[in-house]
Amino acid sequence: MTIPTSSIEQVIPGEGSMAQPETGKRGKAKRQRFRFVSNRKAATGLVMLAIYLLFAIIGPWVAPYAPDARSNDLIQSPSGAHWLGTTHLGQDVFSQLLVGTRSVIFVGFFAGIIATMLSVLIGVTAGYLGGKADEGLSALSNVFLVIPALPLIIIITSTLENAEDWLIALVIGLTSWSWNARVLRAQTLSLRRRDFVDASRATGEKTWRVIVFELMPNLTAVIASGFVGTVIFAVLSEITLAFIGVTSSTTWNWGTILFWAQGQQALAQEAWWWFIPAGLAIALLGTALSLINFGIDEFVSPRLRSAGKTKIKTIDGRTVRMRIGFTPVLSNSPEPHTHARPLADPGAATPVVKKEVAP
Amino acid sequence: MKYLLQRIAFYLFTAWAAITLNFFIPRMVPGDPVQALITKYQGQLSTQAIDSLYVLFGLDKDKGLWQEYLDYWGQLFHGDLGLSFTFFPTPVSEIISSSLPWTLLLVGITTIISFFLGTGLGVLAGWRRGSWADGLLPVTTFLSSVPYFWLGIIAIYLLTGPGSFFPSSGGFDNGLVPAFDQYFIPSALRHSVLPALTILISSVSGWILSMRNMMVTVSSEDYITVAHAKGLTDRRVAMSYAARNALLPNVSGFALSLGFIVGGTLLVEIVFSYPGIGFQLFQALGAQDYPLMQGIFLIITISVLVANLIADVAYLLLDPRTRKEG
Repeated sequence: MTIPTSSIEQVIPGEGSMAQPETGKRGKAKRQRFRFVSNRKAATGLVMLAIYLLFAIIGPWVAPYAPDARSNDLIQSPSGAHWLGTTHLGQDVFSQLLVGTRSVIFVGFFAGIIATMLSVLIGVTAGYLGGKADEGLSALSNVFLVIPALPLIIIITSTLENAEDWLIALVIGLTSWSWNARVLRAQTLSLRRRDFVDASRATGEKTWRVIVFELMPNLTAVIASGFVGTVIFAVLSEITLAFIGVTSSTTWNWGTILFWAQGQQALAQEAWWWFIPAGLAIALLGTALSLINFGIDEFVSPRLRSAGKTKIKTIDGRTVRMRIGFTPVLSNSPEPHTHARPLADPGAATPVVKKEVAP
Repeated sequence: MKYLLQRIAFYLFTAWAAITLNFFIPRMVPGDPVQALITKYQGQLSTQAIDSLYVLFGLDKDKGLWQEYLDYWGQLFHGDLGLSFTFFPTPVSEIISSSLPWTLLLVGITTIISFFLGTGLGVLAGWRRGSWADGLLPVTTFLSSVPYFWLGIIAIYLLTGPGSFFPSSGGFDNGLVPAFDQYFIPSALRHSVLPALTILISSVSGWILSMRNMMVTVSSEDYITVAHAKGLTDRRVAMSYAARNALLPNVSGFALSLGFIVGGTLLVEIVFSYPGIGFQLFQALGAQDYPLMQGIFLIITISVLVANLIADVAYLLLDPRTRKEG
């Protein structure tokens, strides 16, 4: 009876690579991280997000006025004293915008963290355990997925009187984890049967250890993109809540600005400076986060990258569109029935010549 | 058929969960909201309305939670969603049934148009990757990040005003009575153009992006290469081979993201004061009209569930594999 050699060969290099010094591994990780940032979309998004984070931290300190300080300059258009004009009470819109950044970023990230933790807990557990546990947890996440989240958040928040930021973040986080849980479950299902997972189970690792140390590192990209997606949703939800006036009236965020602008007929008074900057701030934050997400998506599946220049001009002036998956067929390629040309024609596509290989 | 039955069972379960959630939410309200409301509407509430309120809020001290829950279901089966405070003493069900058609027409039609338009553009953007169609991507990214209601505000600011064709608020001209005649219908259409465009512009980009990504993934499959090798026209390969297969995940995505879309469109109604469910919800929030809020949440959830079921049937028709098992 012989031991299959292949299994020994597989084990030995495995041990060899595990015995390798840590530095080699770290170098590789660094290169990959660099590759992510070198993606143009991701880099743009990260820079934009960094600016928002900066303002979230320093906003309340650098704001020229207190956000609710009244003055006598009622509904002034932008000027040197008020960069983005004033409201119906003479409040400085620019200061409101700066001070509001902190609340928006806080709610977005806090809700994102809660939802991501829940989705990892439920999605990965469901995918890994399978069977009855999977059915139960999947049904739970499907229920949360189908129930419209925003109306639910609105109803819950309106019953909590004058909800503070952390409470809003909690409500949003607890109701918006289901999509990520679903994606994570699908990913875990496909990872679960891989050899390295079987191997770690065979060596007697505990279930939680397999999940945390074997599966999770392979799910990083999915988790990250889910987190970013939830932050977008949380920011939009918080602003929506503030806009319809169900949140605490003492904290400022961009939705509060829009709430007052809408309530005080900013439109009818043509006070564009009152509602345009806040909306642009939301849209640009959302764009930054989406760009980061596209970067992650393209990092994981390179096919999605928007191809660069795909139209190529051949020498005789024809244009060919290159595409992944198939070779362009040129009309001047050698064809058997019609005008056959010598293969050396420089305009033709590179001919594939079958080489005789000596046995 | 088995698949469909499974889905129906799931939706019934979800409906039960939503209703149960709806039952528990008012019980989270601190203090005695009914007492506060009675004081607020001094003398205007009938004894019957107060009783119904106590059942709704679960403040009926004599009964256990289980009995309350059963009573709640009993009320629901009679179509009794309680009485609205804002429009006292109109029953909630009456208010909802008068505003539901507006929302169904506006949101339903625009969502379907947006899905088909976005999917079509996504097919184009995915198939012609690297051409001008890639220029759509940054624009769609930006548009999908814009809150629906802000786009509505901008539309009102730019396109309405004295002498403009587009009215800035409402669902029809003030002097008209809702009826199917030659005065009312054009007026209603004219009022719905801007809200519809707002929803369309902000929701179409999501479909474009997801369809593009699916097309890109599908177009490197082997069967596409085979189709090309057979010498089929580019158009035929794009439509019958790539798009048909890329469409399936988008249809199931359509079902799942309906909940999100509906949430956003409610806000558009608020901005345009469009007489639909979203605007009613806004008024209910302002007046702390809990029965109306709950009723609206229930109706929205049930509508989304029904729409999901329809999307499932569409999926069943599109994907032969689900039919095969019989």
